[in-house]
Amino acid sequence: MRFVIGLPFLWLGIFFLLPCLLVLAISLGTYAPDSVPPVELGFSFKSFALLFSDDLYLAAWLSSLRIAATSTLVALLLGYPMAYAIARAAPNRRPLLLMLVVLPFWTSFLIRIYAWMGLLADNGLIEQFLRWSGLASNPGTILGTEWAVHLGIVYAYLPFMVLPLYATLEKLDDSLLEAAADLGAKPFAAFLTVTLPLSLPGIVAGCLLVFIPAVGEFVIPDLLGGTETLMIGKVLWDEFFTNGDWPLASAVAVCLLVLLVGPIALFQRNQARSLERRT
Amino acid sequence: MRGRARFAFGMLAFGYAFLYLPIALVIVYSFNESRLVTVWSGFSLKWWHALFANEAMLEAAWLSLRIALVSATGAALLGLAAGYALVRAPRFPGRTLFGSLVVAPMVMPEVVMGISMLLLFVGSERLFGGPDRGFLTIAIAHTTFSIAFVAIVVQSRLADFDRALEEAAMDLGATPWVTFRTITLPLIAPAVGSGWLLAFTLSLDDLILTQFVAGAQSQTLPMRVYSSVRLGVDPQINVLATIVVTIAACALILSGWLTRRKA
Repeated sequence: MRFVIGLPFLWLGIFFLLPCLLVLAISLGTYAPDSVPPVELGFSFKSFALLFSDDLYLAAWLSSLRIAATSTLVALLLGYPMAYAIARAAPNRRPLLLMLVVLPFWTSFLIRIYAWMGLLADNGLIEQFLRWSGLASNPGTILGTEWAVHLGIVYAYLPFMVLPLYATLEKLDDSLLEAAADLGAKPFAAFLTVTLPLSLPGIVAGCLLVFIPAVGEFVIPDLLGGTETLMIGKVLWDEFFTNGDWPLASAVAVCLLVLLVGPIALFQRNQARSLERRT
Repeated sequence: MRGRARFAFGMLAFGYAFLYLPIALVIVYSFNESRLVTVWSGFSLKWWHALFANEAMLEAAWLSLRIALVSATGAALLGLAAGYALVRAPRFPGRTLFGSLVVAPMVMPEVVMGISMLLLFVGSERLFGGPDRGFLTIAIAHTTFSIAFVAIVVQSRLADFDRALEEAAMDLGATPWVTFRTITLPLIAPAVGSGWLLAFTLSLDDLILTQFVAGAQSQTLPMRVYSSVRLGVDPQINVLATIVVTIAACALILSGWLTRRKA
């Protein structure tokens, strides 16, 4: 048993915990463009001060949170009825319906985002459709706008929303709904007072599984967004690869983690509770 | 009840259309004559020929496959150990820390994990002169990232586990190791298997972590795809997408068929 615990413990200590501490250490260093790597170790809050004084970074934080939150909401509004329908379908059909939700996840993330590039491009199929259907006479290019980023996030993370929702909705006891109906509740009232509260763990898990990766997303804003779409994952990437400012990029990473500690802790507690309920 | 169900099934149909139309169009346009994905100008296999003649792309695919095999196997072993420890060892020093270390990589933003692992490898290069950035560092990064996914599947399988079977084996004189090998492992093997498959897929697909730790020499398939699509739409990527989607669909259908036959 000691070996069973020790091996993964040691691995994660070296390759996960230690790197996190290193990021913290580097974020307190100063940028030294002439040395390799471009960092001078030390104890300075210069990079953090820069992060908090420059409006660009603040704007990037706020727009990351905003984009992640609205995309999560849209994914919930679309994913909940989907999960509900699958849970209500005939039991022998459920595996197939569920598989159809999961299948895109097993294909490449990058390729799924790429699929939208052609659709949203200048004079692409979406634009042609909007013009043809008369929904918008002059829609303009969608690629390179925040609309495209939202769309990409909802598209990429929808399976993460549907799966936990389905897991809670599937376990829902039908007799509870019948009892509510017997007691005179209208279907919608029964949904609001029985189904919705009982599926809350699934809602929490699904929303966090979409929100957390969406905040630090890089590929989607990079490929679908434009120059004016600011997201913090992209800022970190550019600081690191383009500007080579390692301490600043590390400081962004530290702040991103601090920002996500709350949601991550909430997610872990939610998971631990639902695991406990099963044992 | 009726109206609500109809609404839900309508949304389900809409959701499937939303998920599959873009993929379907990518597949259709892999057979397009024109370079543009906005105009259909006739059936052609020329982009298929172009992809299979693209040495750099094939080399990147081969590298990605090897990394995925190694890192999925590493993650399956470490994830099995971690999941087992978390369920079966209720108390040991540092258990809370261990628990968070196991799940944290799953919820950590990938850019943060990427930068942190690169800093580790840069540090070890300075201190010990190695390892060189490339195959090994990518495989280590992918393993670390995937342990969580295996551990969680194993953990939830063990939570449903009937311990009476293990106790019976022990009562009949089996040592803990023999019990594990003959009772526990066969029963949780499907969980380890699906964890391995998940880790394999995640590794094949990863871009961000890889980009940080890859160094200058190695280019994995997602890195190649990324640098190509950044410049705009490329029909060769449509071909690649068609192949990936076909493989994924076949694998899922096969696994669904296998589990149904067992049940």
